[in-house]
Amino acid sequence: MRPSLRYRMIVTALCWLMTFLLFFPILWMAITAFKTEQQAIAAPPLLFFRPTLGNFEEILDSADYLHFFANSIIVSVGSTLAGIVIGLPAAYALAFFPGKRSKDLLVWMLSTKMMPAVGVLVPMYLMFQYLGLLDSRIGLLGLYTLVNLPIIVWMLFTFFKDVPKEILEAARMDGAGPLKQFVMLLLPMTMPGIASTALLSIILSWNEAFWSINLTVTQATPLTAFIARFSSPEGLFWAKLSAASLMAIGPILVFGWLTQRQLVRGLTFGAVK
Amino acid sequence: MAISMISRRKGVGVDTRPLLAPSVILLLVWMIVPLAMTIWFSFQYYNLNYLDQTGFAGFDNYQYLLEDPGLAKAILNTIILVVSVLAISVVVGVIGAVLLDQPVWGRGLARLFCIAPFFVMPTVSALVWKNLLMHPVNGLFAWISRSLGLPVIDWMSDLPLASVIIIVAWQWIPFALLILLTSLQSLDRDQIEAARMDGANGLRLFVYITLPHLYRAITIVVMIETIFLLSVFAEILVTTVGGPGDASTTLPYLIYKTALLDNDIGGASAGGMLAVVLANIVAVFLVRTISHTLED
Repeated sequence: MRPSLRYRMIVTALCWLMTFLLFFPILWMAITAFKTEQQAIAAPPLLFFRPTLGNFEEILDSADYLHFFANSIIVSVGSTLAGIVIGLPAAYALAFFPGKRSKDLLVWMLSTKMMPAVGVLVPMYLMFQYLGLLDSRIGLLGLYTLVNLPIIVWMLFTFFKDVPKEILEAARMDGAGPLKQFVMLLLPMTMPGIASTALLSIILSWNEAFWSINLTVTQATPLTAFIARFSSPEGLFWAKLSAASLMAIGPILVFGWLTQRQLVRGLTFGAVK
Repeated sequence: MAISMISRRKGVGVDTRPLLAPSVILLLVWMIVPLAMTIWFSFQYYNLNYLDQTGFAGFDNYQYLLEDPGLAKAILNTIILVVSVLAISVVVGVIGAVLLDQPVWGRGLARLFCIAPFFVMPTVSALVWKNLLMHPVNGLFAWISRSLGLPVIDWMSDLPLASVIIIVAWQWIPFALLILLTSLQSLDRDQIEAARMDGANGLRLFVYITLPHLYRAITIVVMIETIFLLSVFAEILVTTVGGPGDASTTLPYLIYKTALLDNDIGGASAGGMLAVVLANIVAVFLVRTISHTLED
């Protein structure tokens, strides 16, 4: 049964109205980023104006922004790489050589995610202080690795589980050892899954705000904590805030869009297909 | 302990222990060490402002915490925040998913725009809402109110908790929408056609077929969002700072205040233990739901 034209038009209008409302804050931020500071706080709000790149130039010119940007990249990419290197063997073992307790082990790993960060803030802070890791990239990187490791293992496990066992069976018959099977067969086959696992981990680390705000001062501060500083009441720098925000969410938004379909499986551990 | 559970499997000849050990050991340490320290501190007198007072405190920190009128308020705020955001994101998520599941022009593009807020870092979304939209003088909402001749709302002062709820809900609607939409798309089209043939109209289809089908996905959305919502922090720090007074102070923010602003490490640790216990009550349900997926 084909829906009537009128029905399609009404549904489309409703759908795009919802889309507009949900996307509006981002759109408004993006528009504001191209205004001057005076235009940004003008009443009535300006819809038509000569866009300026001044805010972006100003933020890029201040060496600070690139420093925070670099911190975000180092910490999120670094913790993701570490997480994948540590998590891959575990996910491989759990998916292809399941023992009696593999399921318990997976559930236990996930349960470490349930510990609220704020519940262990004090000891982590003191430990970081004691080890000289406060405001250090390596400290934050290591922490994010631990925080994301359960998700990484679970997501890789979900993707590995879908690989037909017969293919590895056949390779084994041909005399390929576990390492060879892993490198020659499994890695190429599951590359898309591994890539989206990595992207999810990067997204989560990039946006993490609790630890970055509480454990960094200036040296290791990533963009989340840098943006939080704009909340200081001195002056209204909305155009600059918007430009900095746009540059902070831009890359991660694109990553998120590229992996949205796999993200559903990763975020729900394959429970929703 | 966990490592020895993984026995060598006969015939395969692969010892999985070295593969599992790095992950298991790291997570074991990550789980036990900070938790043990939190428990330890929660039974100590440890306040950086009163360093002369040290030693075993028994349950004093807990008693002090439980007698603090701020605690009940913080727990209540946490519950209001979690429940409101869950309700908003599930209801809007279901509506949005049903809409996006229809034959809509530019559906792929609309879907991308709709899920975008999920990828916005909490500090950015909090600041954009607080300044560009909800600011009482220069914000867009204030201008809209004034143009319509309505009173201007000073969101962060007049409706602090509601403001935080709106901001957090905006961030989490996309997650619910994405999960529910994916679930809807696996719904059997033939079943709907058959029901339609039998004379079921839109609303009946929704109540008797769509909603039951979405049940599992909704459960998962509720469980996963709850875990994250219980620790909402940055949005409050950046917008209302828990105020005015303690109007928007949640449990995580209360612990943060006790630890880093009042320097009361013992008291904050007791609060931390409370947060761990609360989160674990929710987690039991989550883990039970998730482990079902391992069956198939």
